[in-house]
Amino acid sequence: MTIDDPVPSKIAARERAILQSYWRGNLRLMAVLLIIWGSAGLGCGVLFADVLNRYTLPGTGYPLGFWFAQQGSILVFVILILIYAVLMNGLDRKHHREREALGPVPAEEKPFSREGI
Amino acid sequence: MTVQIWTYIFVGLTFALYLGIAWWSRVRDTGGFYVAGRGVPAPANGMATAADWMSAASFISMAGLVSTMGYAGGVYLMGWTGGFVLLALLLAPYLRKFGHYTVPDFVGDRYNSRFARIIAVLCALFISFTYVAGQMRGVGVVFSRFLEVDVTVGVIIGMMIVFIYATLGGMKGITWTQVAQYWVLITAFLVPAIAISIKLTGHVMPQAGLGGMLEGETVSLLSRLDGIQAELGFGPYTEPFVGQWDKVNVFFVALALMVGTAGLPHVIVRFYTVRSPKAARWSGFWALFFIAGLYLTAPAVAGFARYYMLESLNGSTQETLPGWFHSWEKTGLILWYDDGDGHLRYSGEDDNEIFRAGSLSPAELSRIAREHQRWLDSGGLRGEDGRSILKARGLSGPDRDIIVLATPEMAELSNWIIAFLAAGGLAAALSTASGLLLVISSSVAHDLYYKVLNPRASETRRLLVGRGTIGIAVIIAGLFGIYPPAFVGQVVAFAFGLAAASFFPVIVLGIFWKRVSMVPAVAGMLCGIGITGFYIIQVVFLGMDKWTFGLSPQGIDPQGIGTVGMVINFAVTLILTPFFPAPPERVQKLVDRVREPEGWSPPVDIDSGPEH
Repeated sequence: MTIDDPVPSKIAARERAILQSYWRGNLRLMAVLLIIWGSAGLGCGVLFADVLNRYTLPGTGYPLGFWFAQQGSILVFVILILIYAVLMNGLDRKHHREREALGPVPAEEKPFSREGI
Repeated sequence: MTVQIWTYIFVGLTFALYLGIAWWSRVRDTGGFYVAGRGVPAPANGMATAADWMSAASFISMAGLVSTMGYAGGVYLMGWTGGFVLLALLLAPYLRKFGHYTVPDFVGDRYNSRFARIIAVLCALFISFTYVAGQMRGVGVVFSRFLEVDVTVGVIIGMMIVFIYATLGGMKGITWTQVAQYWVLITAFLVPAIAISIKLTGHVMPQAGLGGMLEGETVSLLSRLDGIQAELGFGPYTEPFVGQWDKVNVFFVALALMVGTAGLPHVIVRFYTVRSPKAARWSGFWALFFIAGLYLTAPAVAGFARYYMLESLNGSTQETLPGWFHSWEKTGLILWYDDGDGHLRYSGEDDNEIFRAGSLSPAELSRIAREHQRWLDSGGLRGEDGRSILKARGLSGPDRDIIVLATPEMAELSNWIIAFLAAGGLAAALSTASGLLLVISSSVAHDLYYKVLNPRASETRRLLVGRGTIGIAVIIAGLFGIYPPAFVGQVVAFAFGLAAASFFPVIVLGIFWKRVSMVPAVAGMLCGIGITGFYIIQVVFLGMDKWTFGLSPQGIDPQGIGTVGMVINFAVTLILTPFFPAPPERVQKLVDRVREPEGWSPPVDIDSGPEH
């Protein structure tokens, strides 16, 4: 425990701050991932497909716009969700550590579990 | 052994497996019935979600669609997979943290309104019934094509199997059966794809094969395909924005399918079955990972089959035609009406000689064939040119289902693989049907009966109503499958549009903007559904001219109108929100709770909480 006998309201305020920073981190991560989502699928796969089709994917016979529409976007989507799951679960853990450092956890709260991956 | 005997063996074995799993995972309480007791590990849940999501249409028809559409077929590939990103990032973990049984539950509680809940129930029911009708039909079609039984018999067998394992095991039985069904359908899809890839390009990976060189030549398959297509008047395969698929339409349809996917209740509900939000995130990844197995292969199958078909059919005579042509000619999926020179020509122009039977009855078809023969024999003096009759009916080109169904024969694979394809098609149709039936059951038994009509119902009674609803829903779905309403195909666009215009905005705003209260949300939902429904009904059924929105001279395809409905839903809700009071304290707390990191506050105990 890092804080000795803190005033309850101080804990509450600190707790709110942790929650807020968690939520902001969540929104930031989501925004970045959704921008990539939009530019890979709707951007490269649709809006710029005609331009990209002038090039081919190096080493293959795929016109680039066509490749994005039928292969690339799907690959990007799978990777995006993977990154989200890893980073977001990391964010969960980080804020749990911060919360635990703050003081005793309410009695009915279950410890953070590692199960479910 | 013949294909038919092999088919009986595989279908029998897989059905026995599904029933065995159902018996092993039978349930006794509503928690197990609706959300599998929330004890499903993430990879298994991902597999089940993948099987749930990949319908008979994904398995049998999608590669065919891509094959005929070329580049534009990407809207389905991108749309249906891109939606999973939205689902995994914007909806799944929060809905899991919210911890109820169904989507209408979230809408009803978040907006604190019985009216909103009922609208959500009606949307969920409409979407699910539209979908399930197509699945039952798919079961019947697979049976009739591979086992040469009547479509009706096929549908009834399918109904009985689904009924047994859905009522016995509920969500738990369905989930574990879907895991098995995933493996059946993905194996059945990949084996022919790999075989034809090796045959044409020498690559084992179909995805590499599609981008590779033709076997023994120095030209890539795609550029050869582009050349052949252009020569035959189809337009190059890889060229974007040809014909009705201009940039605006491709964009609108892709976005509507993405958002619609994220709003489909039978996919969302899968994320309720896992242990924690963390597992929900992993489930989202596993689901798309397993779906990508089929979705990355489908475009390869599409390209290979397209090339192979154009190459092997054009210029053939009755004697030199490949064997698969004759076996599928019998089913009416592909028909040849010669112009008299004895050489087949399959093109995108007036001299095309390849057609399909579509929904023509055998009597009509044989009349057209007789007339055509008379026309040929008399040198055009008597009878009627069958080609112009079929062309006028919009039946040019083979049925798109043939692309997947005939691939094993095109690749000259043995009989048992062809038969395994039948088991795969059935797995795809049954897994989706069972997931949808559960959504129908939970919508009626949980959201309507328990939450609205009889809140004091006992556990046993609720379980009974849930099982009874599945029974009734199976029968209705079966009837749709036996007597398909002519509009079923077109209504699927409606299901996606509706999901995009109703559920998606209302759930996203419910999570990400605490200030949104009941009136703006319901108003937005009604406007979104209204405009989407109006446009689709007007354009598809009443022949209204498509709206251009000043963007596309050809007008927006009804499949893409969900994008407009979604934007309107968002806009109406956002504009109205400042004029209405914020939602009550209780609801704001609920939203806070949903946004917290996992395990921050005591978990919501949904079964003993006052809300349940």
